[in-house]
Amino acid sequence: MDTILSTELKCYHCGDDCTGSNVVLGEKVFCCNGCKTVYEILEKNNLIRYYSLTEAPGVSQRKAQMKNKFGYLDDPQMSRSLVDFTDGRVSSVRFSIPSVHCSSCIWLLENLYKFNPGILSSRVNFPEKEVELKYNESILSLREVAELLSRIGYEPEINLSSTEGGKKKTYSKSLYYKTGIAGFCFANIMLLSFPEYLSLVNNVDALLKSVFIYITLVLSLPVFFYCSSGYFSSAIQGLRKKVINIDFPVSIGILTLFGRSTYEIVFLSAQGYMDSLSGLVFFLLLGRMFQEKTYGLLSFERDYKSYFPAYAVIKTGGLETPVPLSGLKEGDRIIIRNEELVPADSVLIKGSASIDYSFVSGESLPIEAVEGDLIYAGGRQKGTAIELEVIKRTSQSYITRLWNNSDFIKPEENRILTFSSVAGKYFTASVLLIALLSAIYWLKFGSTQQALNVFTSVLIVACPCGLALSAPFTLGNTLRIFGRNKFYLKNAAAVEKLSRINHVVLDKTGTLTRLSEKNIRFFGMELQECDRKVIKAVTHNSMHPLSRLILSMMRDTELIDAEEFKEYPGGGLEGVADGKTVRLGSVSFVLGSDSGVHQGGSSSVYVSINDEIKGYFRAESIYREGIRELAHCLRNYNVSLLSGDYDGEKDRLRDLLGSRVKLFFRQSPLDKLNYVKKLQEQKNLVLMVGDGLNDAGALFKSEVGIAVSEGSVNFSPACEAILEAQELRGLGDFLKFSKTSMKIIYVNLIVSVLYNFAGISFAVENSLTPIVSAILMPLSSITVVAIATLSTSLMAKIRGLN
Amino acid sequence: MWVLAILMFFSLLVAIVFLAAFIWAVRSGQYDDKYTPALRILLDDEVSDEEEGSRKEVVRSR
Repeated sequence: MDTILSTELKCYHCGDDCTGSNVVLGEKVFCCNGCKTVYEILEKNNLIRYYSLTEAPGVSQRKAQMKNKFGYLDDPQMSRSLVDFTDGRVSSVRFSIPSVHCSSCIWLLENLYKFNPGILSSRVNFPEKEVELKYNESILSLREVAELLSRIGYEPEINLSSTEGGKKKTYSKSLYYKTGIAGFCFANIMLLSFPEYLSLVNNVDALLKSVFIYITLVLSLPVFFYCSSGYFSSAIQGLRKKVINIDFPVSIGILTLFGRSTYEIVFLSAQGYMDSLSGLVFFLLLGRMFQEKTYGLLSFERDYKSYFPAYAVIKTGGLETPVPLSGLKEGDRIIIRNEELVPADSVLIKGSASIDYSFVSGESLPIEAVEGDLIYAGGRQKGTAIELEVIKRTSQSYITRLWNNSDFIKPEENRILTFSSVAGKYFTASVLLIALLSAIYWLKFGSTQQALNVFTSVLIVACPCGLALSAPFTLGNTLRIFGRNKFYLKNAAAVEKLSRINHVVLDKTGTLTRLSEKNIRFFGMELQECDRKVIKAVTHNSMHPLSRLILSMMRDTELIDAEEFKEYPGGGLEGVADGKTVRLGSVSFVLGSDSGVHQGGSSSVYVSINDEIKGYFRAESIYREGIRELAHCLRNYNVSLLSGDYDGEKDRLRDLLGSRVKLFFRQSPLDKLNYVKKLQEQKNLVLMVGDGLNDAGALFKSEVGIAVSEGSVNFSPACEAILEAQELRGLGDFLKFSKTSMKIIYVNLIVSVLYNFAGISFAVENSLTPIVSAILMPLSSITVVAIATLSTSLMAKIRGLN
Repeated sequence: MWVLAILMFFSLLVAIVFLAAFIWAVRSGQYDDKYTPALRILLDDEVSDEEEGSRKEVVRSR
C-alpha cells in the first residue's frame, strides 16, 4: 500500500486525497470503488457535465452504505408518513439530503428525470438541503427513488422525526402578507393625504375631500384589523400572564390612532392620522421581518428523534422484517449492520461489536463489545452485522431518558426579562400619567373636547415606536454579523440573553478537543528500532482505529512482514514478526485479567514483546487551537468544565484554562443537567457550550446553549446557537459584542425618548396636527433604525468581526 | 376637479394589481427559497461540447 508515493492525487469524484489508490478509469483516479461507480452511472446517463460545473463536486463514497437499506420504505404505512401528497399515480415527496453542497449538486438532482422516466420533476431547496420530487408511482416506488438518490451519492436522510410529523415549517408567510399590505396601504394613504400636507384642501370642494378621507379610512381597515393583529394578541397574552410587554404601549398607540382618526373622519370630516398609523405599522413589521433571520439548514429544535433511524430490522425466526422504532419492544432481536445506529439499549447476542459512541459520550474511539455485553442506544456499529436483543425501548434508553426528564417536559420559564419589556412597563406607566395629568389640566382650563384631544394626542405621539424598533433592528443586525462569523443564533432574543450571562460551562470532549482526531503517545520503556519494526509489522494487519493510530506514529520505521497474525475482537492483537511474539491490546489481554494494573480508560494499548511488558500507548485528544485565548477572554466570567472522561488530562486542562476554572470529571449527561440546574438555583445565568447528545440536557436547561459543530451538517441537539468549531476561540468576542449591542439599544432609547418629549410637548399644548404627527413619527422611526443598524455594523468593524 | 377622483381610482386599481401580484408570489412559494433560484439560473440546460469549448476560448481571450 505504501509503495505508490505521489503528491496531491485527488479523487476525480469527491476530491479526497487518494494517494496510493488503484481505482482508476482511463486517466481519472478515484479514492474508492463507490466514487468510481457514481462516475460510471453519470457517464452512462450522459450527465458528465456534473464535473465541469464544480471541481470534484461529489461526496466521498468510502463509507458507502450497504444495499437494501431502504427496504422499509416498501411498507405502506411508512411511505404514507413520508409522502406529502399522492393521487394514486403521481406522488410528491420531500427528502432531506445533507450532502448537497454546491451548484453541481443542484444541477444533478434537478436532472434526475434523465436517470429514470418515473421521476417527473425534482427541485432543490439549497439552503434547506432538501429536494422535492414528483414521481410516477406506477413506474417507481418510494424505495427505488431513495435508492436512486443514494446510488448517485445523495443519500436521503430519513429519521424518526421525519416520520413523526416533524415537517412543520417555522417560516410564516403571514409576515410577508402583513408587511406587503401595510406597505401598500401606507403608500396610498400618504398619497391621498398629500393635498392636506400642502394645504391645498381649500381649493378642493368638500365632497371630493370627503371621498379622499373615506378612501383612507377604507385603506386603514386592513392595517388595523389584519396587519397589527400580532401586536394586539401579544399584548393580550402578556396581560394574561400579568406582564406589560413592549407590545402593550404599541397596541395602545395603534388603538388610539385608529379610534381618534375614525371619529374625526366620520364626525368631523377631518383628515385623521391614518397616514401615521399605517406608517407605524409598516415600520414595525419591517423590523420584525429584519429580525427574523433564519438559517434554513440549521435546526435548533432537534431532539434524539432526528438522530435515530425511523425503522429497525427485527429478526423473527429466519425472517427479517422492518418495524417502526415506536413498535420496538423488549425482547426483540434486531440486526444492526455496518454504520447503523443501535436504536435502543440492548444486549449483544451474536457477532463482534465495535461501537462508536461519539455522539453519546463524545469519545471518538470505538468501544469493543463481546457477546453478552450491554450496548447503549445511540452507538454506531463499525464492522460486520451484529444481532442484539432489546432490553429497553428507545424512549426509555439511557440516552433518550434525558428527554423524559421533567426539565424537558415543563415549558421553559423565561428567567431573563428582555430589556424592552422592562422598559415598556415604565414607559407605559409614565405615558399614561402624562396623558391623564394633561387631560385633567385641560378639563379645568378648557373644554371636555380639548381634554379628550390632548389625552389621545399624548397616547398617539408617545407610542414607543423608537423603542419597539431599536431592539429588532439592533439585535437582528447583530444576528447577521454573528452569522457571517459562523456563529448562528436561533433568534434575536438570544443576543440579549447572551449579554446577561455570568457563568460559562464548557464540555471537554468534542468541544475543547477535536472530535475525530487523536494523538498517540507511548509511555514506558524506550522502544528500540527493532521493537518498533515488529510492532509496525503486526499493527499493519489490523484495521482497528487504535492500530491505525499506532501505525501513524511509526511512519519512519521500516515495514516488514508479519509471519503470524491474529486479532481477538474486544481484546487485542497477537502476531509474530522477526521471530518475536508481539501482543498488543487491553490490560487484561496483555497482562492477564488479574494483573491489578489500573485500566486507565479504554484508549490505552499495552504492548508486550516476547512476554516482556514494554509499556502502553495512549490516545490523547487534540485540543482545538486558541483554547488559551478563549480562557483569557472568559476571565470576567465564572467558568466550569464538565467532562465525561476520566481525569487523566487534568493537569493539561489546568495549564490551558488557568487555575480559576472549576473542573469536574466523569460527568454523566444527567450530572451535567443537574450541575446547570444547581448553578441556576444560585441565581447564575448560565451559558453552556457543548456538542453531542450527552450535553443535550445541559444545553437545553441553560439560558443559552451553544452547540459546537465541526461542519454545519453535523447533528446538534436543541440549543440556542450553533458555533462552528474553528470559531470557538472567538466566543469571548461574541459575548462582548452582545453587550455592545445592548448598549446601542440603551442609546436608542434615549434618542426615542427625546423625540417623544418633542412630540408630547406638542400634544399637551393641544397643537398636534396630522401633519406634525406624520412628520415626527416616521422621522423618529428612521433615526432609530439608522442608529441601530449603522452603529452595530460600525462596532463590528472596529471589533474585527466581518 | 373630479378628474382627480378618477385618476385616484385608477392609481389605486394599479396598486391593487401589484399587491395582488405580490400576494400571489408569496402564496406560490417564491419566498420559500430565496437562494437556490439565483444559482439555478447559472446552470444551463444542455451545452454541447463544442459550445463549451468556444466559451472557454472566449474566457481565455479576455
